[in-house]
Amino acid sequence: MAEVEAKEYLKGGEFLIRTVESDEIFIPEDFSEEQKMMAQATTDFIEKEVVPQRDRFEKKDYAFTEEIMKKAGELGLLGITVPEEFGGLGMDFNTSMLVCDRISGVSGSLSTAYGAHTGIGTLPVQLYGTDAQREKYLPGLASGEIMGAYCLTEPGAGSDANSGKTKAELTEDGKHYKINGQKIWISNAGFANLFTVFARIEDDKYLTAFLVERGTEGMSFGEEEHKLGIHASSTRQVFFNDCIVPVENMLGERNGGFKIAMNALNYGRIKLAVACLDAARRVISYGVSYANERKQFGVSISSFGAIQQKLAEMTTKTWVAESAVYRAGQDIENHIIRLQEGGMSSAEAKLKGVEEYAIECAILKVLGSEVGSYVADEGIQIYGGMGYSADAPMEQAYRDVRIARIYEGTNEINRLHSVAMLLKKALKGEMDLMSPAMKVAGELMEIPSFDTPDYSVLFAEEKEIIEKLKKSILMVAGKAVETFGMDLEAEQEIIMNAAEMLIEVYAAESGILRAEKLAKQKGEEAVAHEINMAKLYLHGAMEQVAKHGREAIYSFAEGDEQRMMLMGLKRFTKAANPYNLKTLRRSIAAKVISDNKYPF
Amino acid sequence: MKVLVCISHVPDTTSKINFTADNSAFDKNGVQFVINPYDEFGLTRAIWLKEKKGASVTVLNVGGNETEPTLRKALAIGADNAIRVDAEPSDAFFVAKQIAAVAQEGGYDLIIAGRESIDYNGGQVPGMVAALLNWPFVNACVGMDGEGPEFNFTREIDGGKEKLSASLPLVIGGQKGLVEESDLRIPNMRGIMQARTKPLEVKAAVDAETKTSVGSFSKPAPKSAVKMIDAENVSELVQLLHDEAKVI
Repeated sequence: MAEVEAKEYLKGGEFLIRTVESDEIFIPEDFSEEQKMMAQATTDFIEKEVVPQRDRFEKKDYAFTEEIMKKAGELGLLGITVPEEFGGLGMDFNTSMLVCDRISGVSGSLSTAYGAHTGIGTLPVQLYGTDAQREKYLPGLASGEIMGAYCLTEPGAGSDANSGKTKAELTEDGKHYKINGQKIWISNAGFANLFTVFARIEDDKYLTAFLVERGTEGMSFGEEEHKLGIHASSTRQVFFNDCIVPVENMLGERNGGFKIAMNALNYGRIKLAVACLDAARRVISYGVSYANERKQFGVSISSFGAIQQKLAEMTTKTWVAESAVYRAGQDIENHIIRLQEGGMSSAEAKLKGVEEYAIECAILKVLGSEVGSYVADEGIQIYGGMGYSADAPMEQAYRDVRIARIYEGTNEINRLHSVAMLLKKALKGEMDLMSPAMKVAGELMEIPSFDTPDYSVLFAEEKEIIEKLKKSILMVAGKAVETFGMDLEAEQEIIMNAAEMLIEVYAAESGILRAEKLAKQKGEEAVAHEINMAKLYLHGAMEQVAKHGREAIYSFAEGDEQRMMLMGLKRFTKAANPYNLKTLRRSIAAKVISDNKYPF
Repeated sequence: MKVLVCISHVPDTTSKINFTADNSAFDKNGVQFVINPYDEFGLTRAIWLKEKKGASVTVLNVGGNETEPTLRKALAIGADNAIRVDAEPSDAFFVAKQIAAVAQEGGYDLIIAGRESIDYNGGQVPGMVAALLNWPFVNACVGMDGEGPEFNFTREIDGGKEKLSASLPLVIGGQKGLVEESDLRIPNMRGIMQARTKPLEVKAAVDAETKTSVGSFSKPAPKSAVKMIDAENVSELVQLLHDEAKVI
């Protein structure tokens, strides 16, 4: 009897050290009819209620943002993952990703309001609240009757969130906390009714979270901030002057606030990544329709290779980011289910499920926001002078997406974080990074294998390349750890290099696996464009890994060791059969041009 | 009141239309399907009858199982149950026979269909259904009010509007005006989840002849480029209209 070995699920960060097969990953095409209907309903809502009036966002019409949020609540869009007993839909994590995707593309103002409310505004109550707190607030948060906000950042405490100076002091009767301090950049502050406020009790090591209702005495607000983009996202300072909050409004445990903040951020990061997708799709659709319409030298500018190249890259990056985001989204959902089946409470499982994939969340936050920025930038370029005008849609998209690289942890913090978490997992013995890194180091000394895969099999070479790219990371990161030990933390430039490599590999692998899975389902011919996009992205990833690998190696290895590593890197980042990139891009662009919109 | 709403499963209005290699059929590849917009006005009107007068609303489609997502969307919007007659909708007469059979068997007293479907635009089905059932027929209906069983209707006619009244049972061929575009409903999330548990019955087709057969399809010729002629140059214009456009 053949031995059947159930494959272990892919743990967070483990993609780096193990081969992932296409049947292990979720692809957006796997969404059920019901999930697709929810996505379509969300898009219909945006098209009907928001698009005709989108100018109102640019005029800083905060009331419009609030009005759309309330309508979203009526449709059920604010309570996707809130349990049914609290008035939500009790749907899975990836459905909440899908809805967040579709609601977020039209305007960064709405995207921010939605993200702040459903993410950091609702989740802490849902996941850490007592029964009484959840009964009191969750149904309203799910329906939109209560709007949520989250007060963590302070003038002196941004990325270093735990250094906040806001104090919470127990009153003499022991029944209240008195909160004093100043919070800044608080999204939804203008219309939120419920604020999750982080403050320190006495000289505690960590912050503690409190639920503070609007109108509580001692709470006041600054003026609306005027910002580069997301003009109708209400952003104000919130001041606490002897603000008295009942003790039962403490959320979670004393000293537990920082953990809440960090876990909420894990959620926020992957949600932010997905929130960048539909904006990118919309920019591509505007871009291609403009390029088809705009005539210069007697022809549509979409007939020029220089424009086609842009359309192909914009579309490819968006499609790949989408592949990576939903892949991780389902990994998280599957883990939540596993943990619940193992007896964990739903709230706990939701926390641990996301925490397991915190590395992926950080990677995706960077990927999603940078793809969004790239696409918006090229979108303006396609429009030329018109793109710079506030009368064309690109200008708003460009300004709105800029914040995505800053909030939910800056992209720098997330890059550092992704690598740091990986190393921490290795240090704690949760993941064996050392043996594969040693194996790669050993391989450098050996004569390279001359075995070649069967190139006639779809993606045979690409999958080999993915493995080699992973080896590049292991080689560079392994050597860096060996060289600097615990002092690596101070070598942020090298960590940034490693993070870049990690992001590119996760993205490229997600694209290849999605195209492969699709080819298995529909045949290679039917998904030729997807195959081309996966290849095009992989090429770019290979170049990036080579570049960042070299930079890292130059910055800490010397002499023979440097030469050996550079040779290894060269071997790992070289394709046996290079693509004709021009042909790939033209074929992808042809599809976008003929559909006259983002076609996937 | 039992309302039967006929739902056509049609390509989204923004779809690119192509035909199979031999031009004998519409190429469904890569096409997204939606509820026929004319039917959607009718569906929304039916849901008003449900909400205001306690009517029951059944949605019906004649088609293969690929049309079920469209029916489930109608359920998500608010219909109570759905019926799919499992058959290829080969022509208007065949479809009308199926609808009439379902209507008779189910004891419905109001049938609302779109005045036409935006795929083949035959515009024949609701009239045929009315004829088969021997019921009154209000086509191109743009307004409906009353408490029932008698209703007042407004219908669009050439150059104006006609007001008339009719009593149940009857058939409506509806369009915009029956409700306005802003009245159309986006299914809410709970509705979508509930659609899963609402009954969707699959029925075998009754015997019916297909009375027409399709020869072939072709697309309209693409528009040629516009030629601009200087306003001063009338003689060139005349010459082109005569020699090239051949209209004078």
